Amino acid sequence: MPLTGIDDRVVRVDAAAKARGEARYVCDYTFPDMLYAYMVRSSIPRGTIDSISIPKLPDGYYFISAADIPPEGKNELWMIQKDWRCFAEGDVRYVGETIGLLVGPDRNILKYLLDHVDIKYTEGIPAVSIDDGIACKGGAIVGEDNVLCQLYVEKGKPMSEVFAEADSIYEETLETGFQEHVHLETNAAIVTEEDGKYAIYASAQCPFYIRKSVAGLLGIPQEDIIIRQTTTGGAFGGKEHFPDVLCGPLLVAEHRIHKPIKLVFDREEDMLYSVKRHPSKVTYRTALDKDGNILGIEGLVYYNCGAYLSASYVVLQRGVFHANGVYDFPNTYVKGIGIATNTFPSDAFRGFGAPQTLFAIETHLDHIARKFGFDPAEYKARYFIKQGGETITNGHIVERVMLPEMMKQVVDASGYEEKIRKYPIGSGRGIGISFYNHGGAFTGNGEQAIIKAHARLVKTGGRVRIEVGSTEMGQGFQTALRKIAAVVLGIPIEDVDYDNPDTSLVCDSGPTAASRSTMIVGKIVERCAAEMKERWAEGDFSVEKEYEHPEGHPWDQSTFRGDAYLGYGWGCAAVEVEADKLTNEIHVTGIWSSHDIGHAIDELIVHGQVNGGIAQSIGYASMEKMENRNGYFRQSSMSDYVVPTSMEFPKQEWFLVENPYEWGPFGAKGMGELVFNGADAAYIDAVERALGITVHRIPMPPEDIEEALGNGQ
Amino acid sequence: MVSRIEFSVNGRKTVFSGNPLTRLIDVLREDLSLTGVKEGCGEGECGACSVIKDGRLVTSCIIPVGAVNGSEILTIEGIRDTDKGRCLVDAFAEGGAVQCGFCIPGMVMAAYALLSSNPNPSEEDIRRGISGNICRCTGYDLIVESIKLAVRKGGDLWA
Repeated sequence: MPLTGIDDRVVRVDAAAKARGEARYVCDYTFPDMLYAYMVRSSIPRGTIDSISIPKLPDGYYFISAADIPPEGKNELWMIQKDWRCFAEGDVRYVGETIGLLVGPDRNILKYLLDHVDIKYTEGIPAVSIDDGIACKGGAIVGEDNVLCQLYVEKGKPMSEVFAEADSIYEETLETGFQEHVHLETNAAIVTEEDGKYAIYASAQCPFYIRKSVAGLLGIPQEDIIIRQTTTGGAFGGKEHFPDVLCGPLLVAEHRIHKPIKLVFDREEDMLYSVKRHPSKVTYRTALDKDGNILGIEGLVYYNCGAYLSASYVVLQRGVFHANGVYDFPNTYVKGIGIATNTFPSDAFRGFGAPQTLFAIETHLDHIARKFGFDPAEYKARYFIKQGGETITNGHIVERVMLPEMMKQVVDASGYEEKIRKYPIGSGRGIGISFYNHGGAFTGNGEQAIIKAHARLVKTGGRVRIEVGSTEMGQGFQTALRKIAAVVLGIPIEDVDYDNPDTSLVCDSGPTAASRSTMIVGKIVERCAAEMKERWAEGDFSVEKEYEHPEGHPWDQSTFRGDAYLGYGWGCAAVEVEADKLTNEIHVTGIWSSHDIGHAIDELIVHGQVNGGIAQSIGYASMEKMENRNGYFRQSSMSDYVVPTSMEFPKQEWFLVENPYEWGPFGAKGMGELVFNGADAAYIDAVERALGITVHRIPMPPEDIEEALGNGQ
Repeated sequence: MVSRIEFSVNGRKTVFSGNPLTRLIDVLREDLSLTGVKEGCGEGECGACSVIKDGRLVTSCIIPVGAVNGSEILTIEGIRDTDKGRCLVDAFAEGGAVQCGFCIPGMVMAAYALLSSNPNPSEEDIRRGISGNICRCTGYDLIVESIKLAVRKGGDLWA
């Protein structure tokens, strides 16, 4: 049936094949004469490599290392910079750094060989925590001070003046830990050769990123490598840049061996040797008058970046730009510093730097409100930024801000007012609330200046094919995109095709990241479809269009001043808990949320994203503890790094407010990350109220709650 | 050590000759090309590799093939074209249970096992029935709702 409107209900196009077990993930592919690869990794966090001894390799087995990079190539992966080496050479900077690949036909033999690789090191002293990095423990890893990246933003008067006028200053430091993505499908890729070109099949968010990153290893044009995204079993940012780290060594191996080679991480490898969310340490100093009104906030934001930059500078920028939450404080100064350490490089994870500072500012404001005897929700609502309000980067909020309406929905549905009276502080029960946002798409003018996305529609008879590089990773993009095209064209969604991207066939529509795909690429597809509809009678033809930047969003990337984002998604969440005073286990007894995502392209898909984002966020605040001791992650499996099960949380109640976004397809804004950004703070607020404690870090599993209670915090 | 192990998979007799410690998941995926069985963790924690052994839901990544001699094994491939299997797949699709999809074949097997023994489960029963299956995308609500939908749509199918 032809679709008549964007609110028509459709069945997700990829659901049945996935539920029937027919969708093919990388692990399901085999090729004739296919070989397998295992990574040889650094077993120490820091040191120099004295010798590498490889057992005698049977015929048909290979050891691939930096020595196999041809003279015209360079041993570097090109992410934002080219600092991450494909293979460690001379020294190692973190546990799990790739040293080489063992390749061959029999996996049992490969495992035996792997166990008998002997690498001798001279060990250095690793810097593991942010404090270690700041102190340059063991000597600087990067430059003279371990500062990988830094920036600051300033709004209003100098903070020295603000502090001079203050009656009191509230200072505290809030910390967040590592978080592991735990996409159910581990990282995996296969390299082969097809028609004189290299072809890589990868579980990945950004096929064009991989091509760009690895071509330099062989010194060949990017076009000589074809990346084919395979059905991707979850990513959450963990497959944004990290697939480069698998595909680079595989490409070098292919250059030497010329046979299909498959590399699939097992869960332990994926846990121990993959990127994580940046741990953070945020110190706020807030200037207050005698009544508890905020005069200004100074923030110092540290992110633990690990040993290489990867995407950390951009993550840090987003962290800094979200460091004042959803509020319009008269004066702010926030400095962000990315610190190098000897941990596995931190990288993209849903929220991309925003969740850390949003947790910090929300919790900080809770503490100030409670100190002055205000209800946190009422206190925060005084400072809600409004349309036209000045942002932390001296830009302005362009859209209508519906936080008061969203707060009312959540307060009414959750019975917040009644429950804050019914559950005294420390009573064992509590309800918490938080407010958050997420800037949509690339920072500032990045969409225009850096990405320049293209999309193409191809009409063949009555069918239309979408050709973009943006990927489905579970978030529902392929259904959203087909739906947009089908509605504009007035044809059934079944008549719109979309294949997992193949970089030799589709346009580069930019990375699938930054909650930009529906908002930015969907809009280009909408414009292509509108033209195609007008010319429908012309027979078979294609329409390709480039991104058009909406006017009125000034931005200076060198000073970080102006409109940091094209528009924001907004959220409010409430979480209710009951504490078991004997075991300190926290039971979540209610979850409510309201989000402004412009207009939903598909409400059922949005429903699933809201539920999943919130569960992941509460997991981040509660049970998902990933510790690093002396450079080694301690949690290596799904039984010791525990993510929420179906028994953890009750059914969520959720709302959307209608606030169509002028430049998005059918009024849609980004939403995939927004829904992760705030339930953690609401959960901690609830826990603090239930137990009468003050929390300064997440996650807070029961053993840490016990400690907080013992400390009388 | 080579053993001969006879069992049935999706109603078809199968003979395995080899190391009896070989994981059942490897035999299913690699020898029998039943790739709907997914490996998520390799330690029986996540449920992506769930299959039904003699009527009971098990994780095939921690079962050695030597332990299934004489057993009847049912995988997603064996149920997807049955009335019950179609009912579940349709309900999962219509109810929004599927996102990245990697956990979903195992989740369908868990729902199949649950409804086959309890045709009218409560919300609590459903949550317990899929508690051995980890999903990182959905937060479970729409999977639970989809299983309720399968109960409603399936009617006598589950009785």
